[in-house]
Amino acid sequence: MSVTTEKAFDEAGFGTKTNKINLGPTHPATHGVFQNILELDGERIVSAEQTVGYIHRAFEKIAERRPLYQITPLTDRLNYCSAPINNMGWHLTCEKLLGIQTPKRVDYLRVIIMELARIADHLICNSIVGVDTGAYTGFLYVMQYRELIYEIWEEVCGSRLTTNIGRIGGFERDFNDIAFTKLEKFLKEYPIVLKEFENLFARNRIFMERTIGAGAISAERALNYGFTGPNLRAAGVDYDVRIHTPYSSYQDFDFEIPTGNTGDCYDRFLVRNQEMYQSLRIIEQAYKKIQDIKGAEGGVFHADVPEYYLPEKKDVYTKMEALIYHFKIVMGEIDIPPGEVYNCVEGGNGELGFYLISDGGRSPYRLHFRRPCFIYYQAFEELVKGSMLSDAVIVLSSLNLIAGEMDG
Amino acid sequence: MALSNDFIKQKLVEKFGDQVTGFEEPYGMLTFEAPKDFNLKVIQFLYEDAELRFQFLTDLTAVHYPFYKGREIAVVYHLHNLAENCRIRFKVFAPIEKPDVFSATKIYQSANWQEREAYDFYGVNFIGHPNLIRIQNVEEMDYFPQRKEFPLEDQSRIDKDDEMFGRGGTLDFGNRQADGAPRTIPESTG
Repeated sequence: MSVTTEKAFDEAGFGTKTNKINLGPTHPATHGVFQNILELDGERIVSAEQTVGYIHRAFEKIAERRPLYQITPLTDRLNYCSAPINNMGWHLTCEKLLGIQTPKRVDYLRVIIMELARIADHLICNSIVGVDTGAYTGFLYVMQYRELIYEIWEEVCGSRLTTNIGRIGGFERDFNDIAFTKLEKFLKEYPIVLKEFENLFARNRIFMERTIGAGAISAERALNYGFTGPNLRAAGVDYDVRIHTPYSSYQDFDFEIPTGNTGDCYDRFLVRNQEMYQSLRIIEQAYKKIQDIKGAEGGVFHADVPEYYLPEKKDVYTKMEALIYHFKIVMGEIDIPPGEVYNCVEGGNGELGFYLISDGGRSPYRLHFRRPCFIYYQAFEELVKGSMLSDAVIVLSSLNLIAGEMDG
Repeated sequence: MALSNDFIKQKLVEKFGDQVTGFEEPYGMLTFEAPKDFNLKVIQFLYEDAELRFQFLTDLTAVHYPFYKGREIAVVYHLHNLAENCRIRFKVFAPIEKPDVFSATKIYQSANWQEREAYDFYGVNFIGHPNLIRIQNVEEMDYFPQRKEFPLEDQSRIDKDDEMFGRGGTLDFGNRQADGAPRTIPESTG
């Protein structure tokens, strides 16, 4: 190109000029409130800058003035696509600090709830990747089954999205027959639907062309960026908290950790899909184990810890001890033993950690949430640099970025 | 060979002598501290040593202890050896007047935003950080909101002072003994 033509190109704004555009904070493709400032050369991404914090609600600060049981609803609002895992993670942290042993039946019930939450989370993420690549049908189809999962939660705890499910030591009430009937319906129907959903995407030419190679990351880089969960496993590292540090009796179950190779959007999709099958396997085993528990253990749904677990209402009216504990728990007048504890669970997006420091007061001295989304979203620039703008959109959705978890 | 806490402790003491202190094992996790100027040396050693290989930074955060004079701000690292599945907790303390701590971003990319968050809420000045700006709060904010001197509740509320949370009155935080050590025996709730 001659010097004069280059000059003419520059003056006309071609060639070296780049444009900055905002993807977010309220763009439909971000699926949450966070901003990406993308610098584009034509359609190619030169650099990206992420801004988070639009819905920061200072949960860590609020938790410093709340008794333990009032912190559960705060955890709901981290990854709100799989709120029960957050709730259970918090209960398990408290139980670790307080030294509470839960009965096996409680563990298995918790496993069912957590695995349902994992399915609800992955199902949304994968179907949204479908929507962003232009296939709306899968999204609407599987949404029926998320509805069914929500109905099961509704039977157990009364709410659907921000569940506040379970209590320290167990559940607030036992699963009723409707919940189990719905669970059976789900176990019967969902595998077929999931297979259909998979057939719709996994070997679909358009879907493969869009996702293979988009947003790839090597295992080494992923580890350095602090990836956990399906996104790390897609890069080929078989790290899963459920296997590495089993909690809630996960060691009793037989399941596999699916892994990918390339760490791109396609592998992330496949890993999440496989994980849903594994979750179904775990739920089936857990349901069977629960049915096998007979006799006195058969109806147990909480540990015997009167200091932390609210007594039944009829006991509060008739028994002195129950009245005292009821009052002390509701008023938050239970002193927490001093200690320092880190506990983690395998959340929808990876290792969800709770770092709790207690100084012997009635609320945590310091509580820190290790939020997987917040940590791996840093890698976004590296994932999309040099690729097309349309790739950035599917990378966002396939990372399963949840604004609530990012901002804490 | 699984890594044992004793082995890690022994390796650290061999390398750093009496610079590493405060060994504890709350709930089974090896916890220790080092002077703040040594933090990178310790982390580098834990990362590179052929037997230790703590190459995954799980979590980085800060804690404010107003009653630890001269060492008010703690920076806490949770490190993980994924191959051996072993976790440790490492702390450094810095004075609140000059909370300078070396940044771990050169070793762990994931430290970047976590250090920004610790700066945002506790004002820890990470030396060597590529882009130490606020991350969750607005840029104009001129204080560090998670420090203990900023109360959560409206100060006109007399029904919600710290006494309700087992920590003495509003002005005195009451959560420390006279010498600044953490209170270990909970007072009677009477």
